[in-house]
Amino acid sequence: MARVVVDVLLKPEILDPQGKAVEGALGRLGLSGVSSVRQGKTFTIDVDGDVDEARLAQLHELAGSLLSNPVIEDYSIREVTA
Amino acid sequence: MTSGMRIGVVTFPGSLDDRDAVRAVRIAGGEAVALWHADANLHSVDAVVLPGGFSYGDYLRCGAIARFAPVMTPLVDAAKGGMPILGICNGFQVLCESHLLPGALVRNDHLHFICRDQKLRVESTSTAWTSEFEVSQEIVIPLKNGEGGYVADEKTLDQLEAEGRIVARYLDVNPNGSRRDIAGITNERGNVVGLMPHPEHAVESLTGPTTDGLGFFTSVLTSLVNR
Amino acid sequence: MSRHVDTVTDAAADPNAAQPFAELGLKPDEYQQIREILGRRPTSAELAMYSVMWSEHCSYKSSKVHLSQFGDKKPQTDILLVGIGENAGVVDIGDGWAVTFKVESHNHPSYVEPYQGAATGIGGIVRDILSMGARPVAVMDPLRFGAADHPDTRRVLPGVVAGIGGYGNCLGLPNIGGEVVFDSSYQGNPLVNALCVGTMRHEDIHLASAKGVGNLVVLYGAKTGGDGIGGVSVLASETFDEGGPAKRPSVQVGDPFMEKLLIECTLEVLHAGLVEGIQDLGGAGISCATSELASNGEGGMHVRLDAVPLRDATLTPEEILMSESQERMCAVVTPEKIDAFLGICRKWDVTADVIGEVTSTGRLVIEWHGEIIVDVPPRTVAHDGPVYNRPLARPDWQDALTASGSSNLARPTTAAEIRDTVLTMVASPNLAAKTWITSQYDRYVLGNTVLAQPEDSGMVRVDEVTGRGVAVSTDCNGRFAKLDPYNGAKLALAEAYRNVAATGAAPLAVTNCLNFGSPEDPAVMWQFSEAVRGLADGCLELGTPVTGGNVSFYNQTGDTAIHPTPVVGVLGVIEDVNKRTPMGFSAAGDVVLLLGETRDEFDGSEWAHVVHGHLGGVPPQVDLAAEMVLAALLVDLGGRGVLTAAHDLSDGGVAQALVEMALRRGVGVTISLLADTDAFVALFSESTARAIVTVSPANVDIAISAAAAAGVVVTRMGSVADAGSDMVIDNIAGSSVTLSLDELSQASEATLPALFG
Repeated sequence: MARVVVDVLLKPEILDPQGKAVEGALGRLGLSGVSSVRQGKTFTIDVDGDVDEARLAQLHELAGSLLSNPVIEDYSIREVTA
Repeated sequence: MTSGMRIGVVTFPGSLDDRDAVRAVRIAGGEAVALWHADANLHSVDAVVLPGGFSYGDYLRCGAIARFAPVMTPLVDAAKGGMPILGICNGFQVLCESHLLPGALVRNDHLHFICRDQKLRVESTSTAWTSEFEVSQEIVIPLKNGEGGYVADEKTLDQLEAEGRIVARYLDVNPNGSRRDIAGITNERGNVVGLMPHPEHAVESLTGPTTDGLGFFTSVLTSLVNR
Repeated sequence: MSRHVDTVTDAAADPNAAQPFAELGLKPDEYQQIREILGRRPTSAELAMYSVMWSEHCSYKSSKVHLSQFGDKKPQTDILLVGIGENAGVVDIGDGWAVTFKVESHNHPSYVEPYQGAATGIGGIVRDILSMGARPVAVMDPLRFGAADHPDTRRVLPGVVAGIGGYGNCLGLPNIGGEVVFDSSYQGNPLVNALCVGTMRHEDIHLASAKGVGNLVVLYGAKTGGDGIGGVSVLASETFDEGGPAKRPSVQVGDPFMEKLLIECTLEVLHAGLVEGIQDLGGAGISCATSELASNGEGGMHVRLDAVPLRDATLTPEEILMSESQERMCAVVTPEKIDAFLGICRKWDVTADVIGEVTSTGRLVIEWHGEIIVDVPPRTVAHDGPVYNRPLARPDWQDALTASGSSNLARPTTAAEIRDTVLTMVASPNLAAKTWITSQYDRYVLGNTVLAQPEDSGMVRVDEVTGRGVAVSTDCNGRFAKLDPYNGAKLALAEAYRNVAATGAAPLAVTNCLNFGSPEDPAVMWQFSEAVRGLADGCLELGTPVTGGNVSFYNQTGDTAIHPTPVVGVLGVIEDVNKRTPMGFSAAGDVVLLLGETRDEFDGSEWAHVVHGHLGGVPPQVDLAAEMVLAALLVDLGGRGVLTAAHDLSDGGVAQALVEMALRRGVGVTISLLADTDAFVALFSESTARAIVTVSPANVDIAISAAAAAGVVVTRMGSVADAGSDMVIDNIAGSSVTLSLDELSQASEATLPALFG
């Protein structure tokens, strides 16, 4: 079994009101020197077997069409130990 | 003249305004046909409405899961073939996720769900769904959404403007941070329209702020008769 | 590491095993009672079941002896199709239609986790309505928070509102009304009450009973997890070996999408005639559903707890029994219909599992992997719990409070002072516009909302062909109830009754949510018993039966209880919603009439609270006979099309009502007070049984003679002005007051956004 993590973030040019709200809250809670907060999503996917090339291609397909909306989001995939 | 036209209304798990869309079609004089998300068949309808609601709870992203429903396969084909499709609110989100319309809908800039009677200016009457309006006509219909901010890159926005594909714009108040105050857009052919506000809630003076919404439904019936 | 499960056999074999009954909230005598009922010590699972089902929240042990008055003093009426005792009452509204409605509380969870507490409150009340066989059609939210400018109110309020909106909007239920009240009395104990209305045809009514030996018990909806398990963790830690799981979460998290599917799936199986009995899972989850279904039916049920689908495989049987995971229902289905039932669940992608069957043994028997862990008489769990007769005593401060009236408070006398007072009142948090809150709720979904906030009642069309509809209002003035709980409850009833009638609907029935402090405090118990007595007496006099409701005790921090807050919901019927009476001024020239008598009554008033921070004296006189006469007049004139607008008078008196009527559609008004009138009393007194109406000049005589014939005092106040024009009040201390709509609108609309952003 293998574990893959897909991180999805809004593209830099897209307004992120949630990130802005969090940034404001961090300031009020006393964390100074914060210049930016962007809020995204993480998908943790457990798959049978190993993540070979074919599997990775499938996951990219999935990440680019379902897990993220390419019009407004970017994604990255990494494998981690379960 | 317009009776006998079959307008499909799709129900996804979590669709909420399907019943209201059905009522609006009926009041406009058409025959409403209920379409089930899991049924890959449009049952010979002449046009389709993707209604408002929270399909799949708005989980993942609004409309992101619904766009892969079996009914969407024949629907995308029909849209490409010129069938009139109206996506209202969640329906607009599904159309963008399906790439039948450009851009995307994101969280309201003020982060709250907002329900208000919204003034709009109708800017294009060249679509199947807005032919009965006058250009620059001002209407008031309910708006209710949490993720209604229309976004697209500058190039796309400029193209929409240049090609007269902005169907309606917000007036007085921009309720959700939509770029260029865009409330609704259409595709190049003018058969697919996405609209954030809810015309189906402005078809009876008893329950709506006006009956301005009826025009969207009578337009498609007239468009179909004239095709 | 497998854990040994405490079985019935074990319990019989070691009668003296120590059990943590006290940690689970049971008193020693209650624990003894359980041992006597069973003839042995209870198993841990049985102990868990009794502890939760005999808790105050589930058993109503402190309130039962008082609540029986609602049945004892029930008015004679044929409209009750289902009375108190079921999940919700059902009322006949004519033409074969029935309506079910109920209000409930989710106070403590909302203080802990505002969003989820409020969201799951909506979820719970909607399932109660659904389990009667009705389609839920609307919700309302009576809310009470601490001081508006307190930092903790800033923490709680936005989350509560977002939770109610987030859950209700996703379910597709319009929010048609409610209340928002700020008072420091609620600072540590906000009140989040939720009301749901459902409609059905008479033949669709279903009850929570398990009849038919051999019928199957099906659990469907969300999978069961560790939500809401509080003290039961004690059992888990008692018997677990080292390395057991961490403490379970006590906050319940709602999934409105799941509940939407549950609604559609349930309505489909009900309409297909596939269900014999149905129950929703609320407080005490499976323990409650199984014991109640079994008690109400043949009396026996056999359950295989390991058949319950789990989100978390490490849950112990005790935890499964106590779990308060949301969005679950329990149905009783005949063997012949089970395949069809499961097929519909599959269509909606709703998990469904047969977990047991109805038996004739008269016992509720629960097995875990073949071993019996529960074997009890179900009635003893669900219905025959302890009944307390808690001591009650009129508080020693009550007399001093009553004696300290408002007559010495400085009053505005000049026109300028009155003008300032109007603006101060209009902008005060309780009277200010609630738009910031109500615009977060969908009012349009389902397309049948005829009236919604800020109108006097929420009104929905039930029949699209005939126009038949229902109207609901919830009200309670906690300050009045503090001054006099008996009359305070009657005043709450009177206000809700009046609000329903103002919109043109005939009041029919009542629900209530009784929010009080600790029942262990004799002063609180006195307030509770007085309020229940007042409400029961009031309902008898008005002829509107109590159909059901909820009690929330323990709303107090330390020794300070909240104001006694008996929220009353009144439901009324209107034969044609097209004839409803809205509250806004509309046509210039319409004559403005005040119905009812105004007295100098300011104790407990909004003015005394806002301007002087004063609470003391006796609340305004309540006169239910006068309310009935006024209500009948409003419904009659409304139905005949004589009224162009109507608004009841309550907090803030005439001034507030006029401002609200003017701002509703942006239409001004010119009022002339009668010569020799005390302007302050006329404008701000909160005397009851009053309403302001507008009629076209052609209908003035009709309205005045109808009022005279009914014995209702009528005062001609003035006329509606043009759209956009000012509100003018003449004859105030020989002068005149003019307020522009812009000024009034700014004052009213700015308050909440400034506080909550």
